[in-house]
Amino acid sequence: MSLDAFFRIGETVEIGSHTFTPEAIKAFARKYDPQPFHVDEAAAKKSVLAGLCASGWHTASAWMKCNLETPPDAGPWDGPGPRPEFGPSPGFKNLKWLKPVYAGETVRYTRRSVEHRAMASRPGWRVLSLFSEGFDSTGDKVIEFESAVLVKVE
Amino acid sequence: MIWFKLEQDWPMAATKWTYDDLDEGAVLELGSKLVTAEEIVEFASEFDFQPMHLDEEAGKASILGGLSASGWHTCCMFMRLLCDGFLLDSTSQGSPGIEYAKWKKPVLAGDQLRGKCTVVGKRISKSRHGLGLVTIRSELFNQRDEQVFELQNTGMFLTREAAQ
Repeated sequence: MSLDAFFRIGETVEIGSHTFTPEAIKAFARKYDPQPFHVDEAAAKKSVLAGLCASGWHTASAWMKCNLETPPDAGPWDGPGPRPEFGPSPGFKNLKWLKPVYAGETVRYTRRSVEHRAMASRPGWRVLSLFSEGFDSTGDKVIEFESAVLVKVE
Repeated sequence: MIWFKLEQDWPMAATKWTYDDLDEGAVLELGSKLVTAEEIVEFASEFDFQPMHLDEEAGKASILGGLSASGWHTCCMFMRLLCDGFLLDSTSQGSPGIEYAKWKKPVLAGDQLRGKCTVVGKRISKSRHGLGLVTIRSELFNQRDEQVFELQNTGMFLTREAAQ
């Protein structure tokens, strides 16, 4: 089979959802992002948005959980060559937090494999580009970003 | 992210960092932080349960060379250094996103990270009076002064006048 088919290039895949409880929002934010509106319901309620909302990093981290639960390499592989192995990610770009994720919201995430190309610096490896999005219960997009992952193909 | 108008909720007179204080070329040194195995595993157990983030031996056997923090965890550790070093004492109105983030070297258990922010551009908002946009390039270095992480984003900050 082709790598295009294995990576499901061009196909938008539902990878799961994550519910952001007020307790989890505050616990995450106390550790990593202790801005008042992520850790203090009273301060958040006084704001024009009128509610506690998740750290943007919490929204992004929950994508990773869903990404692993429904990985881009879940399907069968019948060659040629060894089954491709996923490696580390070099990073991401154009990450947009488009709408606050309020306490109690459930975000469902999607991921699309965009393209893959050879790495000049690492023979036998390719870089797979991904485009991912998250939507809240009203269908509004709350996050999107482009990322990449290294894949060993030889 | 700050999604509401801070000036309605908190007195800003004592705030140290406003749009006016963030000049192009300015360097803000953030604090430092020891990365422990416990917190690497705690984060990874919830969000990034790949073997090299959960187990020392699996980490050593991986391309990363040891028990290594999830890249998303590194983003979170950076965010905490940013909050403690600068953001919580600023007129920040949040950031709509991240232009890029690069995980350049593994962050391993026992590493001591320190952060640094450099203002690379700024402009006053045309659509909202009293608001400015500041583009900041941020870096994390380990105890060998190797750059392990780089991120660039544009944050929104109230001007000193608007904050008063």
